[in-house]
Amino acid sequence: MTAEYHVPDTALEVREIHKSFGGVQALKGVSFSILKGEVVGLLGDNGAGKSTLVRCISGVHPQDSGEIIINGQEVDIKSPQDARDQGIETVFQDLAVIPNFDVSKNLFLNREILSSNPVLKFFGWLDHKEMNRQSEIALKRLNSRIPSFSEEIKNLSGGQRQAVSIARAVNWGADIVIMDEPTAALGVEQAAQVNNLIKLISSQGIAVLLISHNIQHVMEVCHRAVVLRHGRAAANVRIDDITPDDLVGLITGAKRAA
Amino acid sequence: MTLLSETRSTVFHRILNREYFVYYALILVIVFFAIVLADTAFLSTPNFMNIIRQTTPITVMAVGMTFALAVGHIDLSVGSVVALSALVCSLLVDVVPWPFAVFAGLCAGMLVGLINGVLTEWLKVSSLLITLGSMGVISGVARVITNLESIPVTNDTFTFVFGSGSLGPISVMFIWTLLALVLGWVFLSKTRFGSHLLAVGGNPTASRALGINVVKVKITAMVIAGGAAAMAGMLYAGRLHGARYSLGEADLLTVIAAVAIGGTSLFGGRASVAGAVVGSWLMGVINNGLILWGFSTNEQIIARGLILIVAVAIGVKEDRK
Repeated sequence: MTAEYHVPDTALEVREIHKSFGGVQALKGVSFSILKGEVVGLLGDNGAGKSTLVRCISGVHPQDSGEIIINGQEVDIKSPQDARDQGIETVFQDLAVIPNFDVSKNLFLNREILSSNPVLKFFGWLDHKEMNRQSEIALKRLNSRIPSFSEEIKNLSGGQRQAVSIARAVNWGADIVIMDEPTAALGVEQAAQVNNLIKLISSQGIAVLLISHNIQHVMEVCHRAVVLRHGRAAANVRIDDITPDDLVGLITGAKRAA
Repeated sequence: MTLLSETRSTVFHRILNREYFVYYALILVIVFFAIVLADTAFLSTPNFMNIIRQTTPITVMAVGMTFALAVGHIDLSVGSVVALSALVCSLLVDVVPWPFAVFAGLCAGMLVGLINGVLTEWLKVSSLLITLGSMGVISGVARVITNLESIPVTNDTFTFVFGSGSLGPISVMFIWTLLALVLGWVFLSKTRFGSHLLAVGGNPTASRALGINVVKVKITAMVIAGGAAAMAGMLYAGRLHGARYSLGEADLLTVIAAVAIGGTSLFGGRASVAGAVVGSWLMGVINNGLILWGFSTNEQIIARGLILIVAVAIGVKEDRK
């Protein structure tokens, strides 16, 4: 790497990401960055490369070439676990929760707190009490109105479930949260709840990359929008500088970035 | 808090919850038989201990099956594994020290579970089909290796420990039942491993996304089911002082009915070890009651089938949620 300017407030930067599947070039050199506490909307028509880009950053499909830079350091992300280790958490659109598990078991899935007793710990004995306690703290941090930690997730509303997913991401000290259509499966009111959550975690200094088709939501919660077209970043604009119609124009290609 | 009303967890709902159904059913059935069979020894401690003695192999298999169902699998080969392990153990028990014979029997069952699990993942087909096939293969092998003959067991220590013995009025079978209950319950409900089993059964995609090794968890569940069936086989061998290829042949329906009525989902993600144990007792009490009432094995089979259908009917609403 040649010496580059160092921006301490940049949470995530991607440079010249390329990714092909067979003969199809899904990403042809995408670059953009997200500041700490910034919400960046990732927009684009179907097939523009949004999902591929997200999968590269979250370690599902590592990129063919290009760099991912976190807090000024180039990182090698080869698996979802690598991404997590780098402080990147992904919230999926399809409500990735275990329906029969209660809130705290979902929050702590695969990161369970074990009993402090060494013998019990050896057998993987769970410390439900401590997990419940920490769940309460985590959800309070998000002002979430979850009725009870012993409630099975399937009895909660879609918005509450998504709140649990987001709490799970944030609770693990994520610096960067990627949300793939977090409101796609939700009604109007619950989508608004999730949008408020996004604003809240951004105010806590967490960078959010929000993939959305919903222009209104993007206008409402994002600071900036990156528009992908044909595997390239066609535009990178401040939300305050653009109208919804222009944003749609950028997505469809009717308008070009200034 | 304010959103509590949004949830459906009213007291009424909890009492009528499917997971308690098996307890009500057991009490109801006992009361029913106590009245109908008032002139028999049905309602007596020795009879109940007898039911436990008869039922323990089913109980052990049911606990193992609960693990398979928890991840969304089913193991139809349990009955044939019973015969295989009982035979392996019986063939060895008078030749080598009995703990080695037990170990060999257990390994045979776990190996079958491992093969079932690996084939299911490798071929990416339903465990229903894989274990249907292995059921046929293993029961054939059990016939071939013994030439359809019974294998007697004369080792008294083995037969005492594995089902024939009793400590005072308490049959060792009761201790095995308690062991299966406690071990199964602890591992499924109290440990990280059990939590991952249920997570994988509840939402495999989410489990994978959160870094759980879904394939490993699913294979492990099948190994546990196979190991439990092997254990049941040895309890049969100990109780009957020998083994035969036909052991466990008729147990599959009983085991699945017991687990299903106990509140375990047949489609993964929801499982109750205590429910499976109580479910097996329910099957045992019904069998016992029908015999004392003068019914034959044929009616018992009908009863088992009906219970499975009832269990599925109750469970289906919950599972589709």
